[in-house]
Amino acid sequence: MIEDNTQNSAPKSLVQNIAGKIDAFFGMIIGSIQEFILEIGSITLFGFQSIRLLFAKPYRYGEVLKHMEFIGNQSVGIIALTSVFTGLALSFQVYLGFKLVNAVDLVGPTVALGISRELGPVLTGLIVAARAGGAMAARLGTMRVNEQMDALDVMGVNTKQYLIAPRIIAAVVCMPMLTALFDFMAMFGSWFLCTKLVGLDHAVFMSKIRDTVEVHHINEGLLKSAIFGLMFAVVCTYKGFNTSGGAKGVGEATNRGVVMSMVSIIIIDYFLMNFIRIYYLITGVSR
Amino acid sequence: MTPASNSQHKYAVELDDVKKSFDGTEFILKGIDLKVPKGSLTAIIGFSGTGKSVMLKHMLGLYRPTSGNVSILGTNLNTLDDDALTAFRCNYGVLFQSAALFDDMTVLENVCFPLEEHRRQLSKEQVIKIAMEKLKMVGLDPKHNHKLPSQISGGMQKRTGLARALALDPEILIYDEPTTGLDPILTEMVDNLILETHQARPGTTSIMVSHDLKAAFRIADYIVMLDAGKVLLSGKAEDFNKSDNELVRKFVDKGLKH
Repeated sequence: MIEDNTQNSAPKSLVQNIAGKIDAFFGMIIGSIQEFILEIGSITLFGFQSIRLLFAKPYRYGEVLKHMEFIGNQSVGIIALTSVFTGLALSFQVYLGFKLVNAVDLVGPTVALGISRELGPVLTGLIVAARAGGAMAARLGTMRVNEQMDALDVMGVNTKQYLIAPRIIAAVVCMPMLTALFDFMAMFGSWFLCTKLVGLDHAVFMSKIRDTVEVHHINEGLLKSAIFGLMFAVVCTYKGFNTSGGAKGVGEATNRGVVMSMVSIIIIDYFLMNFIRIYYLITGVSR
Repeated sequence: MTPASNSQHKYAVELDDVKKSFDGTEFILKGIDLKVPKGSLTAIIGFSGTGKSVMLKHMLGLYRPTSGNVSILGTNLNTLDDDALTAFRCNYGVLFQSAALFDDMTVLENVCFPLEEHRRQLSKEQVIKIAMEKLKMVGLDPKHNHKLPSQISGGMQKRTGLARALALDPEILIYDEPTTGLDPILTEMVDNLILETHQARPGTTSIMVSHDLKAAFRIADYIVMLDAGKVLLSGKAEDFNKSDNELVRKFVDKGLKH
């Protein structure tokens, strides 16, 4: 009898052990999902609270301009450089593909549509999120751990209005301008490759683009870029604003802010693309 | 505290059975009762982790109590919404442990900042004049006015922080561990600065949170000792010297020896 009991208890404890591990595994997954949803909720609430303060006195025009200079003006160089090479590389790949089917005349419009609707806003969003978004999270995180935000609080200054709202509005305003610059410079790169390096005719290149690309294609990209600007500014300021744990915490906040912004831009871009497509189908704006 | 009378207006700060828990189970503050008379210099002392900073943040309205009331200058902070609380904080001037100067602004700009925020009717020249006066009051040489905080010493940063705290002529001045991490000479300089500032501004209530018992005994009118989220003893320096409480004795003996 004693021997039987021992034999029964061993498999039982093994089953219990496995069941416990499965339970813990699913508990961990559910916990992570809950945490993720909570964080999205917190970020959204933070964004709404900050945006509401854009319309409250005192208006912070000076701060908005200061951040526009940082986000916009200081990003011009890097956007111009990366966009030219994006235009060159993309055009060359499209040219190689279209050459196989004797459709090289369509390189210009294909690149123009791709740049204005997708690559322009997405790449501009990624570059500016990495450069300016990271700096925002690091700056705010440092202010938090160095008690500068507490100092603002006890001075009777609304920290969200003073630190967050101007950064968000600056990002939303600057992103379409930077995207327009990206589009222009990328198309310059494309034109250079097509007409100067692979020998396509300038007039054909230009006329095909004029025939295909419409203003709403460009507007679509600019609208997306404003949404990306809003997203990375809210995410990065949220991460910086809620930093804790000294220098390590600042590093983590910056890292998480940038990664979350970049991943969000790529995911949201897909859904925006579909929403815009549906809108076009409903309104009959485009094929 | 040692109340002069029961009149509400005698006190700059009143904490009435203030309890605070962040997770709903463990209480950091376990029922603090405290009255700080107007115009006094009060030191709040205690071992690390006894709730000093949490209590201070309640006084500043940065935390709301789980239960109990916090009244500042007769106003119950529980009754104020976030915007009203933000506006109410103009009554405070705070010198932080790290001075917490804005590192992208010069010394002068740091002191001008609260004036630009809350005295919008003043011209730029008037703001600068007031800021220069405050910097002079705390003994900072004008040659440092256009330097960034990273370009001046720790002592100068404390002086700048104090000048900024004084900019709006607040009714309550709070010093959050002003001498922690400073060498003995700088510590004495900051202590003297606190005393001189307090004496130069009759009617202003000064509250200093500190580990430094020597300084508390030397400059404070009243001393409050916290332990485990409650007020262990409050009174004048002689009350602490006479106390039979074991923890108080330990703190006093060790604190005065070093």
